Amino acid sequence: MSDKIIDCRGMACPGPVISTKKAIEGTESGKITIIVDNEVAKTNVTKFAAANNLSSAVENQDGHYYVTIVKGTGQAVSATATAANPANSGQAYLITQDTLGHGSPELGAVLIKAFMTTLLEVKPAPSAILMLNSGVKLAVKGSPVLDQLTTLAGRGVTILACGTCLDYYQCKAELAVGEVTNMYTIVETVSQNKTVTL
Amino acid sequence: MQHSNVLVGITTSDDAGVYKLNETTALVQTVDFFTPIVDDPYLFGQIAAANSLSDIYAMGAVPLTALNLVAFPNGKLHQEVLLAILKGGQDKVAEAGAVIIGGHTIDDNEPKYGLAVTGTVHPDRVWTNAGAQPGDVLVLTKALGTGILASAARADLFAQGVAAATAGMATLNAVAAKVAADFTIHACTDITGFGLCGHVYEMAAGSKVSVVIDSTALPLLPEALEAAAMGLVPGGAYANRKYLTAVTFAETVPEPIRDISFDPQTSGGLLFAVPENQAGELVRELQAAGVVAAMRIGYVTNEGSGKIYVR
Repeated sequence: MSDKIIDCRGMACPGPVISTKKAIEGTESGKITIIVDNEVAKTNVTKFAAANNLSSAVENQDGHYYVTIVKGTGQAVSATATAANPANSGQAYLITQDTLGHGSPELGAVLIKAFMTTLLEVKPAPSAILMLNSGVKLAVKGSPVLDQLTTLAGRGVTILACGTCLDYYQCKAELAVGEVTNMYTIVETVSQNKTVTL
Repeated sequence: MQHSNVLVGITTSDDAGVYKLNETTALVQTVDFFTPIVDDPYLFGQIAAANSLSDIYAMGAVPLTALNLVAFPNGKLHQEVLLAILKGGQDKVAEAGAVIIGGHTIDDNEPKYGLAVTGTVHPDRVWTNAGAQPGDVLVLTKALGTGILASAARADLFAQGVAAATAGMATLNAVAAKVAADFTIHACTDITGFGLCGHVYEMAAGSKVSVVIDSTALPLLPEALEAAAMGLVPGGAYANRKYLTAVTFAETVPEPIRDISFDPQTSGGLLFAVPENQAGELVRELQAAGVVAAMRIGYVTNEGSGKIYVR
C-alpha cells in the first residue's frame, strides 16, 4: 500500500483527469488524493473514478477539493471507460460480403448502401455489426458506407472486422471504422445477440 | 432602437441580423471568431470559416461575401501558420460559393480567427428560431460531442472520435440548408456554444412552446460517450448545465448523455422544426444528400413555454 497526493490546482481541463489517470495507472494499490481548485475538475475526476469502478470521496477545504480514490490490488484502469448506450437493441448483423444479396454485383453495391443508410433510421440502433470475408471492405478507407458505419459507431454500435479477412484482402492498415477482431469474439457476439446474416 | 427594415435584430437571441433592403432582398449579417480548437492551422481556418458561415445558413440565407478577423502573435509564431489559417478560411469560403473581400489583423498573444459574413435571403423566406409550432418534429443534422472530443484531443485520447469531430466541424451546413429549403421550415438555428439544450431552449422560449428530446435518438460522435464518462467534459458544458434550469431529465437518461446534451459545440449542425408529416422525408433526403448524421431527435409541444424535457 502506498499513499499518493497529486496537486492539480491551477491546472486547466483536462489536466486533472490526465494526472489522475497516470497516478492510478502507476499505483498497484493504495490511496490517491487529488487536489483541485474548481468544481469542474472535481466533478470530472469523480467521473473518471466512477468510470473505472473505483470509489471516491470528496472533501471541501476552503474552496479546494480533496478527491480521495482508493485502488485495490488487481483493479485495472481502462483507457476507454465503458458507457452503456441505451440505444442498443440486442440485434447484431453478420455481414459476409461487400455487396447485398446474390446476383448482379453492381446492384448488390447499390443495395448494401441503401441498407446501411436505412439502418440509420432504425431505432433502437443495433448492438453490433460484424464483418467477415469481403464484408470487411465496407469498413476500410474509400468504402461507400463509411459515413453510415461511423455514424452507427457514434450511437454505441460495436463495429468489428475480422482480422484474418483484413489480412487476406491486404487492407488492415486502411481500416477506418471499428476494431479488428477474431473468430472467438465474433462467435461470442453472434451467440449473445439476435443475429441476421447478410 | 426600432427600425422598420430590421427583420431580425438583437432582441431575439437569433443567429444573425436580417435587414430588409427591398421587397425581394434582405441582408443577413453575422460575425464569429475564436481561439484554435485543433492544432493544424489549415484545419482551424476551415473550421472557423464553416462556423462563421453556419449562421447564414441557419437563417435560410446564402452567403455572398466575408471579411477576415485575425489576431496573431507576430514574431512568436511562424508566418506560415498564419498563411495556413487564412488558406483554410479562404478554401472553405470558396466551397460555400462566397468570396473574402477584406479583413483586419491585430497583434495578440493568442491566435484567433473568424469571419464577418454577409448573405442574402428573400424577406419572406427568413428562418428564425422563433417559429416552432406544437406538433413540429425537430431534426438535427450533425453528431454531437465536439467540445468533449476537443478535451480528449488535448489529452491525446480517443483518436477516432477526435478525427470524426474534426471532420464534422469542418463540414459546411450548406447541403443541409439547401435540402431543407424544399420543406416547410417553421424554425431553424445552429448548435454552437450553448450546446444542444441551450439552443433548443432559445428556440422553445422564442417560439413560446416546449420541447421533448428523445435521448436515445441523438446522433453522437464516435467515442463521445466514452470520453464523457471518463470525465473529459469541458467547463462550458457545466456552465451551460448550471444556467439552463428549464431542462428536466427523465431518471433513465445516463449521465454521459446529459453531459453531451450540454456540451458546447463548434460549427455544430442545423436544428430544424418541421411539420410532422414532412419530417421523415426531410431526414431521408438529408441522408441521401450525404448529411448522414441527420436524425429526428424530438418534438414540439404546447405544454408550457420554454421548457425542455429529455426522456
